[in-house]
Amino acid sequence: MTRVGVITFPGSLDDGDARRAIRLVGAEPVRLWHGDHDLAGVDAVVLPGGFSYGDYLRCGAIAAHSPIMREVIDAADGGLPVLGICNGFQMLTEAHLLPGGLVRNDHGAFICRDQRLRVEQTATAWTSGFEAGEEIVVPLKNGEGGYVADADTVARLEDEGRVVFRYVDVDPNGSVHGIAGVANERGNVVGLMPHPEHAVEPGFGPDTDAAMRSGVDGLRVFRSALEGALAR
Amino acid sequence: MSAETAATTTPVIDSVQRAGETPDRVQPYEALGLTDDEYARIREILGRRPTSGELAMYSVMWSEHCSYKSSKKYLRRFGEKVTDRMREHLMVGMGQNAGVVDIGRGWAVTFKVESHNHPSYVEPFQGAATGVGGIVRDIISMGARPVAVMDQLRFGALGDPDTSRVVHGVVSGISFYGNCLGLPNIGGETVFDPVYQGNPLVNALCLGVLRHEDLHLANARGAGNKVVLFGARTGGDGIGGASILASDTFSAGGPTKRPAVQVGDPFAEKVLIECCLELFAGDLVEAIQDLGAAGISCATSELAANGDGGMRVDLDAVLLRDPTLTAEEILMSESQERMMAVVTPDKLAGFLAVTERWEVETSVLGEVTDTGRLEITWRGETIVDVDPTTVAVDGPVYDRPVARPAGLDALQADSAAALPRPESGDELRRTVLALIGSPNLADVGWITDQYDRYVLGNTALAFPDDAGMIRVDEESGLGVAIATDANGRYCQLDPRQGAQLALAEAYRNVAVTGAVPLAVTDCLNFGAPTNPEVMWQLAEAVEGLSDACLALEVPVTGGNVSLYNQTGSQAIHPTPVVGVLGVIDDVARRIPSGWQDEGLNLYLLGETALELDGSAWAQVAHGHLGGRPPAVRLDAERALAGLLAAAAEEGLLSAAHDLAEGGLAATLAEGVLRFGVGARVWLDGIVDRDGVDAATALFSESTARVLVAVPREEDVKFNGLCAGRGVPALRIGVTDAASGTLEVQDRFEIPVEELRRTSRATLPQALGHGATSAGS
Repeated sequence: MTRVGVITFPGSLDDGDARRAIRLVGAEPVRLWHGDHDLAGVDAVVLPGGFSYGDYLRCGAIAAHSPIMREVIDAADGGLPVLGICNGFQMLTEAHLLPGGLVRNDHGAFICRDQRLRVEQTATAWTSGFEAGEEIVVPLKNGEGGYVADADTVARLEDEGRVVFRYVDVDPNGSVHGIAGVANERGNVVGLMPHPEHAVEPGFGPDTDAAMRSGVDGLRVFRSALEGALAR
Repeated sequence: MSAETAATTTPVIDSVQRAGETPDRVQPYEALGLTDDEYARIREILGRRPTSGELAMYSVMWSEHCSYKSSKKYLRRFGEKVTDRMREHLMVGMGQNAGVVDIGRGWAVTFKVESHNHPSYVEPFQGAATGVGGIVRDIISMGARPVAVMDQLRFGALGDPDTSRVVHGVVSGISFYGNCLGLPNIGGETVFDPVYQGNPLVNALCLGVLRHEDLHLANARGAGNKVVLFGARTGGDGIGGASILASDTFSAGGPTKRPAVQVGDPFAEKVLIECCLELFAGDLVEAIQDLGAAGISCATSELAANGDGGMRVDLDAVLLRDPTLTAEEILMSESQERMMAVVTPDKLAGFLAVTERWEVETSVLGEVTDTGRLEITWRGETIVDVDPTTVAVDGPVYDRPVARPAGLDALQADSAAALPRPESGDELRRTVLALIGSPNLADVGWITDQYDRYVLGNTALAFPDDAGMIRVDEESGLGVAIATDANGRYCQLDPRQGAQLALAEAYRNVAVTGAVPLAVTDCLNFGAPTNPEVMWQLAEAVEGLSDACLALEVPVTGGNVSLYNQTGSQAIHPTPVVGVLGVIDDVARRIPSGWQDEGLNLYLLGETALELDGSAWAQVAHGHLGGRPPAVRLDAERALAGLLAAAAEEGLLSAAHDLAEGGLAATLAEGVLRFGVGARVWLDGIVDRDGVDAATALFSESTARVLVAVPREEDVKFNGLCAGRGVPALRIGVTDAASGTLEVQDRFEIPVEELRRTSRATLPQALGHGATSAGS
């Protein structure tokens, strides 16, 4: 069975949700601990949302220097699929696995909403199960989710097709080019602010036109990694 | 070095021995909030004057906030008016940190609502944040995992500049703390009324989940067991908060009280939650008590008083943030994110290994004894030697004078029935829009969009549905629903009836989700108990609430009383917030509050009378408050709840939404706005059957009413169910997706988009655009 690690940092909040999402696509979730130097031989890694280390200093900054992140960086360089969600995305930028950074929402407040996204790039480890240009709805919840990068970096990301998810209808946090998620050059490392792990189970996801809380668009993010691992 | 520094500032330690030698020393008991009589009683209990440490302890523990000295006489009612059936599901009742209710399949839940009103006015952000932190720690100390929070907020007039200050602070405080803790915020209440201008109410509710065998009570038992303090270090924040802040009235020109508000660190609390749960899971603790109001004074005296012996504690072992703190300050500090545990000596090493893994600072303060005394030493001297029950249990109880408010007869005689009501379609339409855009009925997304409702992945219902619902058991889908309500305007007109109406509404809000109401928590927010008219309101409200709990067979499991909510002589409206918890076998069968499908039949359940006194209509259209609140119909509420549970069980309902403030008009608008699907409605059936005019049909707040949407194929079955259970059902409309309007036939039409715009404009206009600038 494909094994996907979920790292728990002090202050991680959505680690249980990420494990549930992995279970629901038929993979085995593996608990990993920030203080260890061991990835337990997993086939992919998820850095979950939350407020690791209380988001002191900067969001994700301290976590990016925790013991297990050395292993994550090495493994990512070797091609291991790594997904950073929200605080995990912030860690990936702090660890320089992804370019740019996340700053306080332009309107200054925390926001939780059902967010429409366009999947801009399907040639990544985490989006291969989508159609290019497909629109999905997953929950978004952050206080510091505004994606920023210098103009050259943004131009390069756009040119190289490394903008993976883009906000549709509303840019909820003032992200440059409406960027919701990006990938590294190889496409094995993806970070995004919205929370696909909160749209995986009918009854507990975002509303859809068909029924209350029935949105499960996030499932395919995890299924993509599972199918990628099986294909290897 | 710290000890020496502090020693020079407090050269003489006021030990028990010294207290005996200096009986006539003048003590500042009045500044600490104690009366002459209370001080005399302390001297009588001890047979000497108290040490300054003992005085600090008694003063905080005998404060109104900690001792319930004015309300205790009445709170007993909740324990007296219970049947065996009400006790059936009750694993822990009132008196512990929170009540515990058996919900079946080996699962239990614990829930409690608590106030943090005064700190939230002084320092809204930290006051509200630490309010969440405090109630969460109460839930943990029962052995439960906290799984959701809700908040009940009452602010001054929307549009007043100070209201904006308080709202911004309170909402961002709750958002900051709750979101960082990883607890979904699943609902609550927001009310704006000038009576709360100088006294906002910030109540917070937490829900916890546990297996039956994980239940723990906060008792210090077993001589020789270790008493351990862990979590954040003890600092100078919140000193005297309990005695000085919570039991004092705000008055103009007084000294600023900001230093007495605690400062919260949700990251420390999140780590503490995980640490405590690991300690419970590893069977490494006998008991855990949270440190809230009155800090170490409260934790040591309550643990010892609830135990079977005594306790000896050395304050020198307390880890301090500020080494210059005196013993009295250490005893009174309300520093947040601290817990006290009782641990058997053989498990201490295992306990310390867990706290070390979570990097939680821990120190062993002392041990449980068999002396029956609480002894506290500092710098080698005994500074406290008391019977802990005299501190924590047998505090003063007052039978304060009560008096029916002088102006109440005149107020009750001033019925809203005499006010002119809209008649034409245009007038009705304008009135509906005025109501939908009024502060208390408008969309509160400005607030709720700042809260995480998704974390933990078990949220089955959240705002704007009538109740929050959480899945407890992932395998079976077993879950609980919670709703809270209070209507201060009704309570001002008649506190007895008003409290019952709060219960009835919360009960109905749980029932419309398909859950079966099971238990109650309450937070009684009132003015100063020294005012006989306020005491009368409190007495009436408790009497009424306990009667209604008995009639509906839902026991009160715990809660909180907050008094002195007044500025000068102006008390708030009596505001008993009532929370009802219900159980549902499978959350997959829950019912939404709005409709999504075309062509569903809309039925109004229950009957409508001319009941506009205290209504939202009277407030919005006429700025009027007078008369008698709507009749309480508890038998009808029970029948309705039974019907809804049965209909949910059989899957007969597509939507159900209760009628309350704003009557049928508000319920229709909210049902349409939930998913943006319109409806066509006719009022003639109500007008003919109930003998009321169109305005009354739309705006009356008669109770025991619910609007449901029923698929056509279930029509016959549903009508049969209503007839069989004696619930009046009247078909008053159909859902209509294509029209894009809410049409009240022959009277008016409002496009869904106009309803939405009206509802969503109000809060951002008054409070600034914040998060909702994102549109949504």
